[in-house]
Amino acid sequence: MSARQILRIAATFLLSGIVLLALAAGLITPYSYAHQFREVPNASPSATHLLGTDGLGRDLFARLLYGTRVSLLLAPAAALLSTLIAGALGGAAGFLGGWSEKAILAIADLSMAAPLLFVLIALRAMLPLDVAPLLSVIATFLILGLLGWPASLRVICAATRDVRNSDFLLLARSTGCGPLRLIFHQIFPNLRPALLAQFWVSIPVFILTEATLSMLGLGVSEPMPSWGNLLRGLEDFSAVGSNPGRLAPLVMLTVVVICFQIILPAQEELG
Amino acid sequence: MRSLKLLFLGCFLIAPATQAQSGGVLHFCLHGEPRTFNPILVDDEASENIRYLTGGVLIRLNRQTQALEPALAASWRVSKDGRKITLQLRTGLHFSDGTPFTSEDVAYTMKQLMDPQNHSATGDAFRSGEGAVDVQIPSAQTVAITFPARVAGLEQLLDQVAILSAHSPKKEMAVLGPFYVSEYKAGAYVELKRNPNYWKRDPQGRPLPYLDGLHLDIQRNRDIELLRFRRGELQLINRLDSESYVRLQKEDAAVARNAGAGLDSDHIWFNQIPTAPLAEYKKAWFRSAQFRKAISAAINRDDLCRLVFLGYAKPAYGPVSPANRFWFNSTLPVPKHDPQTALALLTHAGFRFANDELRDSAGHRVEFTLVTNSGNAVREKIATMLQQDLAHVGIKMNVVTLDFPSLIERMTRTFDYEACLLGLVNTDLDPNGQMTVWLSSGENHQWNPSQKTPATAWEAEIDALMREQATALADKKRKEQFDRVQQIIYEQQPFIYLVNRDVLTAVSPTVVGAAPTVLNPPAFWNVDVLQVRPATSELGAQK
Repeated sequence: MSARQILRIAATFLLSGIVLLALAAGLITPYSYAHQFREVPNASPSATHLLGTDGLGRDLFARLLYGTRVSLLLAPAAALLSTLIAGALGGAAGFLGGWSEKAILAIADLSMAAPLLFVLIALRAMLPLDVAPLLSVIATFLILGLLGWPASLRVICAATRDVRNSDFLLLARSTGCGPLRLIFHQIFPNLRPALLAQFWVSIPVFILTEATLSMLGLGVSEPMPSWGNLLRGLEDFSAVGSNPGRLAPLVMLTVVVICFQIILPAQEELG
Repeated sequence: MRSLKLLFLGCFLIAPATQAQSGGVLHFCLHGEPRTFNPILVDDEASENIRYLTGGVLIRLNRQTQALEPALAASWRVSKDGRKITLQLRTGLHFSDGTPFTSEDVAYTMKQLMDPQNHSATGDAFRSGEGAVDVQIPSAQTVAITFPARVAGLEQLLDQVAILSAHSPKKEMAVLGPFYVSEYKAGAYVELKRNPNYWKRDPQGRPLPYLDGLHLDIQRNRDIELLRFRRGELQLINRLDSESYVRLQKEDAAVARNAGAGLDSDHIWFNQIPTAPLAEYKKAWFRSAQFRKAISAAINRDDLCRLVFLGYAKPAYGPVSPANRFWFNSTLPVPKHDPQTALALLTHAGFRFANDELRDSAGHRVEFTLVTNSGNAVREKIATMLQQDLAHVGIKMNVVTLDFPSLIERMTRTFDYEACLLGLVNTDLDPNGQMTVWLSSGENHQWNPSQKTPATAWEAEIDALMREQATALADKKRKEQFDRVQQIIYEQQPFIYLVNRDVLTAVSPTVVGAAPTVLNPPAFWNVDVLQVRPATSELGAQK
């Protein structure tokens, strides 16, 4: 077993452990992520509050676990959505070629040129106000998924173009394969590594985008936690000295992003 | 040679004392680009600061005593009908470029101020009725200004009017204030130098200001401003948030200055606009004074002050902060945070509390969404705390943060919101500055703006009182009327006031004479008597 494989297994275990912790948050911590213990704001880690409390007296450990649940479950969902869109449009562009390819790539370029942050802000503002916090969170990630496809599209399009020009596809065509059979039996299996890679790459990107949005107050709404709004606790970095537990979301985010990078198929594996 | 050494030593020993009396350059930051140096056109904070530092005014409001003091006008008299003010100007004064100051300059300034083409925000405060403002100059030192109708608080409004020169070739750059703009580099800094012709002298008869000049860096980022202050590159921060204040206080308690509760407030209000796209049963809740009073009673303001503002704010219950010494209605009782009282009020209003949920008489769960502006950590914390307070009386409150333009769009155009959390910045002590907030026809009457006729009897009463006080002659009468306005607002709670933030500033120990106040500009209101002495380390290095 190579060192990379060992690392990959360790990263998978670690990531699975984190996901399990997040899913079992209700069993692990007795506290709600929203309850404010106002008599103990900014408390240091203790047996009562494992990571201490934030400025409003909320248990940081509970918020970290529930925040992990939000960020780690919804980011892959958004990544899946954006990869599916990128796969469908990029695949069509690469397979059809010509004007279709140019048109789809032009749309992707336009989308990439649009300032994503402002588009997100505008779309967020258009949402109705009376939606439940959970729905609002889902909507945030849905918007991320719907807007995050252009970069992946270019990769998928290039990969499809390679497949389209390959000898085995020429052979399949010459044997009388129809377009649907070509797509589902010849092209799609060959695009799978690229699609998977795009999916894995997108997850940390969406986690970080949500973190950025939350830093701007436009991500997951209070009191629901996410890594993004937990990271806002680091704005007052002087508080970290009295409570290093405030660094936990940063550590968690770093560990998860590294795990994703390790699990990600390497370039040679894609080839 | 020995005598020469002694001479040098003597120079260094007396240098600090000399510089403490005059000289030195004060460094601090503007938080934006000044849009204009024309004092008539000022409508942003940076330009306002430049106007304060450079402008000479006829009558000055002392930021510490909150009393009016003679400035360019040695004396003044307001007519009995409140329409005319006659000012006796000081003699022998000159603008910074040497142009003599006469009553013609006052007439020219008033003309510019009231010219509709200039769209002067400062001038708007003087528009009391239809017709032109008449300015008579019976002599070079006397000026009489007559307005079409009475202008309440006229003398105080003159504190905002920097006098322009009618004849100087330098136009608005010729000033009568303590400093003049000597250099401006867009996006970088504004350099001000001492006005050699400034009229004021200290009690010993020495010319003011003491400072040689001011160096104002344009810096929007408050963290960088704080960092530079801690490095000693800046000597003053005009306003600090509570977290930065606490951080500074831990490092050096002497530099962090708290002037006490300020005039600004944070408050929430419910949408009472009849045409708002909301469910009718929700509109009925929001129109209920009992409901609003219950919300107010359920909010723990002490906790807000302690946790969100780290103790540097005071609970607010009415539209006027106690910092506004004259206009604050001190007879209003201070309500207590009491969820039981809140529940009693709600029950009386027909709501039912069961299984930790509040429902109205038709069985609708009491749930609403509070909007506030995104990116404002303080407001988000306030909203989060309100959520828990209201949950104790069974109310579910959702919080949505919106970018500011979207929020304003909902507040002023679509009216598609249920409740809103925002702040009110008060720069004017006089209630006339809040006319557009309290008149039911006002655009800033936010719970139900621009009404053709008052929707409620209490709004009609406020309208009448505000108009009466604006035309009343005696301050005592005006105070009685505005006290009643405060009482109505207290009883009806169209705005549910939460806190008055403390005015927090930072002043380096090298600055002598600083005495921060709650009125703008808190840290440098007495800039003409401030002095900068060299830092101790610099002295050590010199020696």
